[in-house]
Amino acid sequence: MALKSDTIAAVATALNDSGIGIIRVSGDDAISIVDKFYRSKGKSKLSDYETHTIHYGFIYHGDELIDEVMVSIFKAPRSYTTEDTVEINCHGGVLVIRKILDLVVQAGARIAEPGEFTKRAFLNGRIDLSRAEAVMDMIHAKNDFALKSSVKQIKGSLYQLILDLRKEILYEIAFIESALDDPEHISLDGYNESLMEKNDALIEKVNRLYLSADNGKMLKEGITTVIIGKPNAGKSSLLNLLVGEEKAIVTNIAGTTRDVIEEQINLSGIGLNIVDTAGIRATEDIVEKIGVERAKNFAMDADLIIYVVDSSVELDESDQDILNLIRNKKVIVLLNKSDLTPVVTEKKLKYNLINVLNDFSDESDPSDREIRIIKVSAKEGIGLDILEETIKEMFFKGELQMNDEVMLTNLRQKDAVKEALDSLLMVRQSLEDEMPEDFLSIDLMGAYSSLGFVIGEEVGEDVVNEIFSKFCMGK
Amino acid sequence: MSRIREKVDVCIVGAGHAGCEAALACARMGLNTVIFTVSVDSIALMPCNPNIGGSSKGHLVREVDALGGEMGKNIDKTFIQSKMLNISKGPAVQSLRAQADKADYTREMRKVLENQDNLTIKQAEVTDILTLEDIEHLDDENNILPYEKKEEVPTIAGVRIYTGAIYECKAVVLCTGTYLNARCLCGEAITYTGPNGLQAATHLTDSLKNLGIQMRRFKTGTPARMDKRSIDFSKMEEQFGDERIVPFSFSTDPDSIQKDQISCWLTYTNEKTHEIINQNLHRSPIYAGIIEGTGPRYCPSIEDKVVKFSDKPRHQVFIEPEGIHTNEMYVGGMSSSLPEDVQLAMYRTVPGLENCKIVRNAYAIEYDCINAMQLYPTLEFKSVKGLFSGGQFNGSSGYEEAAAQGLIAGINAALFIKGEEPLILDRSESYIGVLIDDLVIKENLEPYRMMTSRAEYRLLLRQDNADLRLREKGYRVGLVSREQYEYILYKKEAIQNEIERLKKVSVGAAKENQEFLIRHNSSTLKSGSNLAELLCRPELTYEILGEIDPERKPLPEDVIEQVDIEIKYEGYMARQLRQVEQFKKMEKKKIPDKLNYDDVPSLRIEARQKLIQYRPVNVGQASRISGVSPADISVLLVYLENYRNRK
Repeated sequence: MALKSDTIAAVATALNDSGIGIIRVSGDDAISIVDKFYRSKGKSKLSDYETHTIHYGFIYHGDELIDEVMVSIFKAPRSYTTEDTVEINCHGGVLVIRKILDLVVQAGARIAEPGEFTKRAFLNGRIDLSRAEAVMDMIHAKNDFALKSSVKQIKGSLYQLILDLRKEILYEIAFIESALDDPEHISLDGYNESLMEKNDALIEKVNRLYLSADNGKMLKEGITTVIIGKPNAGKSSLLNLLVGEEKAIVTNIAGTTRDVIEEQINLSGIGLNIVDTAGIRATEDIVEKIGVERAKNFAMDADLIIYVVDSSVELDESDQDILNLIRNKKVIVLLNKSDLTPVVTEKKLKYNLINVLNDFSDESDPSDREIRIIKVSAKEGIGLDILEETIKEMFFKGELQMNDEVMLTNLRQKDAVKEALDSLLMVRQSLEDEMPEDFLSIDLMGAYSSLGFVIGEEVGEDVVNEIFSKFCMGK
Repeated sequence: MSRIREKVDVCIVGAGHAGCEAALACARMGLNTVIFTVSVDSIALMPCNPNIGGSSKGHLVREVDALGGEMGKNIDKTFIQSKMLNISKGPAVQSLRAQADKADYTREMRKVLENQDNLTIKQAEVTDILTLEDIEHLDDENNILPYEKKEEVPTIAGVRIYTGAIYECKAVVLCTGTYLNARCLCGEAITYTGPNGLQAATHLTDSLKNLGIQMRRFKTGTPARMDKRSIDFSKMEEQFGDERIVPFSFSTDPDSIQKDQISCWLTYTNEKTHEIINQNLHRSPIYAGIIEGTGPRYCPSIEDKVVKFSDKPRHQVFIEPEGIHTNEMYVGGMSSSLPEDVQLAMYRTVPGLENCKIVRNAYAIEYDCINAMQLYPTLEFKSVKGLFSGGQFNGSSGYEEAAAQGLIAGINAALFIKGEEPLILDRSESYIGVLIDDLVIKENLEPYRMMTSRAEYRLLLRQDNADLRLREKGYRVGLVSREQYEYILYKKEAIQNEIERLKKVSVGAAKENQEFLIRHNSSTLKSGSNLAELLCRPELTYEILGEIDPERKPLPEDVIEQVDIEIKYEGYMARQLRQVEQFKKMEKKKIPDKLNYDDVPSLRIEARQKLIQYRPVNVGQASRISGVSPADISVLLVYLENYRNRK
């Protein structure tokens, strides 16, 4: 819940591999937390320095050097949030930023909630009232994104695993609670031994989840790139080419039940999550219809859309549909099958695009918008190098960014899994100490709600409902 | 001759467990109080189970008592068996339950009411709730002349009873229980009565609807009562009370209530019972769709149990005496709305009940009540100033839940009249706070019952420390005597001093100490320790440690109990205390009454609608409304800050 005076941390710069990344830490313990892993040449501590000073030093994880950094110190109340604040300027790279942020959390901070720095600044009187509305809008915008990423993007198998874990835990809580509420109908005799066994199994599963949280991140970080186009425009061959050529498949998302294919590739350090979708066309076939709907949904959430056009076939209504979909998006249009005789030319396509943009855009002048059209032949492998260059260019210009909320959500979730693990370890401790059952349910509840956080679910009336559905109460 | 017009301070509608507490609280706080009941002989009637307390309900009784309520004292006077439940579990979930002599309970409570200064009992059905505007438009016959309502939030000004007489007053507390438009169902036989065949109240619902109050319909049920002489107890297990009886009330001397107790009996249903039920389900008004009200999941009828838990070969049946001077026995666990002939056949399959004679049939009862989200946590209606309500009328169930709300509604009605700050208990200080908060802020789809799992800070909300938590509040409103309050001050200090002393008394690894530990199956000391650390061991108690604690001074039993618990569970409690701190921060952020949520930008539509609907009094409450997200709360916080600064 918001409004804690504890110490929070987040990335203050865009995640786009541009020179420098800043991690901001704010709260009562900000300085002492960073001191835990910051080392300077002179061995001096950040806490010794004056406010509004900047220092050169290194970030270490144990003995491992992570990065060389500049650290700025702002002491309360003379900072953005009016709390003690430390800003770590590091060498940009997404991996480094992530590692340092992880260290900050391990040292006792928590990942800021969406918009929390600004909210604190406001609540502490730092931002003037005229900006209150902007603050409120931002909180929602950022939060919506975080929610969307945690619920929608979480990998299918992981989601199911957490659902299963929660189900098991909830059953145990409900069993204990129903026996406490109705001791004459439901007995806890011999329960502790059986719980010990179940709890150990839970600990093992949650621990495995925690360990895997680091390498296989829960959410896909990177630029969500969606390939769309009509059926047979050559989308899948394009994906195969991109993936094959890079030979850098990070994961092949397992357990996905969607009729879309997702691959992660790495273009010179830029992570791309490539989603290949069903071809878009008006159809009566139910299965295909679902596929088309999903493709449209993916397109709405995409950071970048690659629109593949078969240049050997005339544009039709389905293309119009697609143009409508992408009008507010970053788009690269690929004129595929450039090896065949074209019926769709670059000029024609551009004309169509501008028309659509004119129809719908009420604000910006569509002619301002750069329309990137690249001729390719997926079959012959022609034009791919230009596509890659274009993506890189967009990234370094800052047109495309990795969303820091995804990374933060990842860390928050990892944190929550750790909390769940700690709670289950507490259950084991209480079992060993032969504590009464009502103490066990307190920590089981902790584990249940922490795991719920990972998949964006609250506790609500779950326990009461489970009690009534699983156990027969008396009277 | 014109009709009667009387002037009093406060009117209590209904004299069940809620009404009695409300009336006593108001009268004791010095207000001229009238309590209305359809039958004076049915004051504090227990129309269902013959016991008070039970898991988490016992906590409520203790809290009512600590605040200066009557229920605990009354059951201490009239119980015939007493038991501390969950005695092998942690202190937080131990709860007292006593079997009552129902007739005695009613009689004793009636005596208290009759002898209470400032309190008048009136047998009458209240038919109308009158506002100030209504009163201004009365003719000599006490009829309201037609007029155009001007006040958006009208103020209460009186009630009218069936005879036409009017009682003008400054506050009303509605405690109508299950009487409003009540209907009882026993299979195909339907009667339009309240519980136990008592007269239902059929007019008040319309009056409330005219005031803009939304009504809903709930249902509950009760099992049959049997003639003791027709039961064969030799086929049942005897259930005894505790050897040492613990009183409910903090002001009852434990030694004064040790007495011979009456047993209860345990038997079971079987396949034959379930077969009869299954064969006759079509004749159950619930399964036939005749019942409209929503019933509670926690006290299912035997039909429900058999259908929902078909894998269970048997269900427990508790045979409990209804009193000492009656042969009627309550058949706990077998409430039903099946027709009489099916009931008899089904009961007679149960061992010991083969030849049973039914005195009163089991029945289901439907009644009008409200969704309590129309109330502030003070239990005052948001839409009518001075109109309060408590008990089953608010959508709860249970005698204890009713008494707790009645007490709070009564206290707040009195404070309202006196123009003083209301009494609102929060979730971190009492089960009563949890109960009321849940009622006014959550979507309750069935009669609400207290459960220990509903209290998130339950380690701190124990039945043993209700006095430490609430006596002072009772004293502040004028329901607890100065003497009782001063004892609490002494007790708190004594507990603190003793805990500190135990932490200071070091225990070395000397031979006599090690021998002492071995004797009590406790591991020996490797290094120096202190008495507090030793007390943390589950196998050692304060009493046992007396052997190696020669400096100890005698302390009252209740002080020792607290010292023992506070030290033993210190770690767990410290964690909950930290959570409470966070909780309190949000509870302290008040939301102004006049706040217009349509002015708050950026709230999601669902959150905005819910906030307008519930009108939470503080941010903590707002955060517990389903459909209000943490981001909405953040937005609200920012807006409130802005709002405050602009003021």
